[in-house]
Amino acid sequence: MIARHLPDLKAAALVLPLVAFLAVFFLWPLASIFTTAVSDTEVSRAFPELGRAIDGWDGQAPTPAMQQALVADIRTTPQATMGDAVRRLNSQTSGFRSLFGRTQQAVARGTGPVDLVALDGRWADPLYWNTIRSALPPYTPRFLLSALDLQQGAEGIEVAGQSVHVQIFLRTLGISALVTGLCALIGVPFAMLMLATTGWVRNVLMASVLLPMWTSVLVRCTAWLIILQNDGVLSRILQTLGGLREAVPLLFTRSGVIIAMTHVMLPFMILSIYSVLIAMPKNLMPAAASMGANPIAAFRTVLLPLALPGIVSGGLLVFMTSLGFYILPALLGGGNDQLISSFVAEYAIRQANWPLASALGLILLIVTVVIFALYQRLSTRMAGA
Amino acid sequence: MGAIKTVWGILCVLFLMGPLIVVLPIAFNAGGFVSFPIQGWSLRWFAVLFGDPGWRLSIWNSLIVGLASSALATMLGTLAALGLRGRVGVPVVLARMVFLLPMATPAVVLGVGMQLIYARLGLGSTYAGLIIGHAVLSIPFTLLSVTAALASVDRGVERAAASLGAPPPTVLWLVTLPMALPGIVTGFVFAFANSLDEVVLTIFLAGPNQRTLARQMFLQLRDNLSPAIAAAAFTFIIATICIGITGLWLQHRRKRMMA
Repeated sequence: MIARHLPDLKAAALVLPLVAFLAVFFLWPLASIFTTAVSDTEVSRAFPELGRAIDGWDGQAPTPAMQQALVADIRTTPQATMGDAVRRLNSQTSGFRSLFGRTQQAVARGTGPVDLVALDGRWADPLYWNTIRSALPPYTPRFLLSALDLQQGAEGIEVAGQSVHVQIFLRTLGISALVTGLCALIGVPFAMLMLATTGWVRNVLMASVLLPMWTSVLVRCTAWLIILQNDGVLSRILQTLGGLREAVPLLFTRSGVIIAMTHVMLPFMILSIYSVLIAMPKNLMPAAASMGANPIAAFRTVLLPLALPGIVSGGLLVFMTSLGFYILPALLGGGNDQLISSFVAEYAIRQANWPLASALGLILLIVTVVIFALYQRLSTRMAGA
Repeated sequence: MGAIKTVWGILCVLFLMGPLIVVLPIAFNAGGFVSFPIQGWSLRWFAVLFGDPGWRLSIWNSLIVGLASSALATMLGTLAALGLRGRVGVPVVLARMVFLLPMATPAVVLGVGMQLIYARLGLGSTYAGLIIGHAVLSIPFTLLSVTAALASVDRGVERAAASLGAPPPTVLWLVTLPMALPGIVTGFVFAFANSLDEVVLTIFLAGPNQRTLARQMFLQLRDNLSPAIAAAAFTFIIATICIGITGLWLQHRRKRMMA
C-alpha cells in the first residue's frame, strides 16, 4: 500500500517547500489585500459593548441597555480609537461630532449610569443609533464601491459625486489596448521579416529583439528620458521632418508614455508571433502564390490565420503587463498619464489609506488574473497542438 | 517590395536598438547635463558611481539581495520542478498556474500585500524581507527554466543508471541534476537579472539601508538627473550583454550535449 504511493509522497515532499513559501509570502499577502479591502473595524473596535447590546434592536426607541453599553464603551475605549470612529460616523451623519463631544464630557464626570436622552435630546432620535448600527459590521463593501466611484446610498448603490477611479481604470485599459495594438501592428510585419531572412540578417534582427528585452526597464526609461527631452533627439527629428518652428513636446506627455511602453513590450509580441510562424511549414506561402494568390491575399488567408494564436497570446501578455505599469509612467508621463498602479502606490505610501489602496489593487489583480488564466489556457493548448 | 522591406526592417531595428545606443555615450560626457551634444569625454561619472557612498551601498545591496534571492528561488524552483516532473492531472496544472502567478501579479499589488503582512511579521525594512520578496517574483523564472531542462533529460539514461545499481539519490545527484544543470544555471541567471531590475517591490519593502541600485536609479531619475545615471545605465547594458551571452552559450552547450 505504502510502496504504491511512495512516488506521490516523494513528489509532494519536493513540491511542499515551494507551496509553503508561496502560501506565506504570496497567497497570504494577496488574501490580506482582500481582507483589508473589505474589512471595516473603525467603528466596531470602538464600541464592543454596544455591538452586543444593539443586537436584535427594533430600530425604534433606543433601549436602556444600549444606552448604558454606549456609556461603558465611551469610558473604556482609548481616545484615538474613539476619535477615528466619531470622525467616520460624523462623515455619515453630521452632528455626531458635537453630540459625542458633549456626551464624552458628561460621561467623564461620573462613574455611574448616565441618562443620555436627558443629557441631549438627540439620543432619543433613532437616526444616530441607526448610523452606529450600520457602521458596526466588520465587513463593508464601501472601499470596493469607492474604488469604482460608487457609494451605498439610502436606496441601494448609487454613483458617487465625482468620477475619479473609473476614469483612471478607463485610461489604464485604453493605453494598454493602444500599446497592444501598436505592438501587433509593428510586430506582425517584423516577425514575417525575420522569417523571410536568413544568416546574419536574421541574427541582427533577433539580437535587436532580445537585447532590449533583456535590458533593465530603468535603463530604457533613462534612454527614453534622454530621447524625449524637449531638446532631445526625437523632438528635433520631428521638428525637421514636419518643418515646424517649435520643438515638439514629448516628455511628460501621453505620446511619450505610449512610445516608450510600446518599446518595452514590443519584443514580447514579436517573439510570441515569431515562435508560431517558425513552426509553420515553409512551403505554404509559395504554395498559395503558385495557386494564383497575390501576396496580400496570401497574407490575409494563409499567414494571418496561422499567426493568429501567436498574435492573441502575445497580445494578452502585452495587455496584461501594460495594465500593471508603474515605473515608466511615473518617470516619463505627466500627471494625466498615470495608470492605476500609481494611484494604488499613492494611496498606500503617501496617504496610508490601506483599505482604498487594497480595493483598487484587488480590482487590478482580478482583471490581471483573468487575462493570465486565458493566456495560460491558450499557450498550453498551443503547446499541445 | 524589397526596398520597402529593407526600410521597414531598418526602422524597426532603429526603434528597438536606438534607445540603448543613445544612452551609451552620455555616460562619458564630461559636462553635467544628460543630453547631447557631448561636451568632452571623461570617466568622472563612473568615479561618482563607484565612489559615492550612496551609490556604492546600493550596488552592494543589489548584489547581496540578487544573489540571495536567486539562490532561494532556484532551490525552491528546482525542488518543485523535480516533484512535478512528468506528472499530469488537474492538481498539477493548478499548482503550476499558482507557481507562475507571481509573474502576472502587478508589482504594486504584491507590494501592498507584502507590506501588510510584513507589518505583522516584523520583516519590513529588513534584508530578509527584501530577499524573500524578490525570490517570490523570481520563482516563475527558475521553475520554467528547470522544468524545460528536466523535460529534455533522457529518462533512459536514468533508468540505465538505476539498472546498474545506483539508488535513487545517486541517480538524482550524478545523472539527473548534472544533465539539468544548464537549465538550473539559466534559471538562476534570469532570477538574478530580474532582482537587479526590480524597483516597485523594493520601494514598498526596503528601508533606507536596503536601497538597491535600481531603487537608487529610480529616485535619481525622478529627482535629479545626472550623467551618473547614464554611467549606471552603461554598466547595466554591459552586464546585460554579458549575461545574455552566457545564457546563449549555456543553451548552445545544452543543445550540443543533447545532440
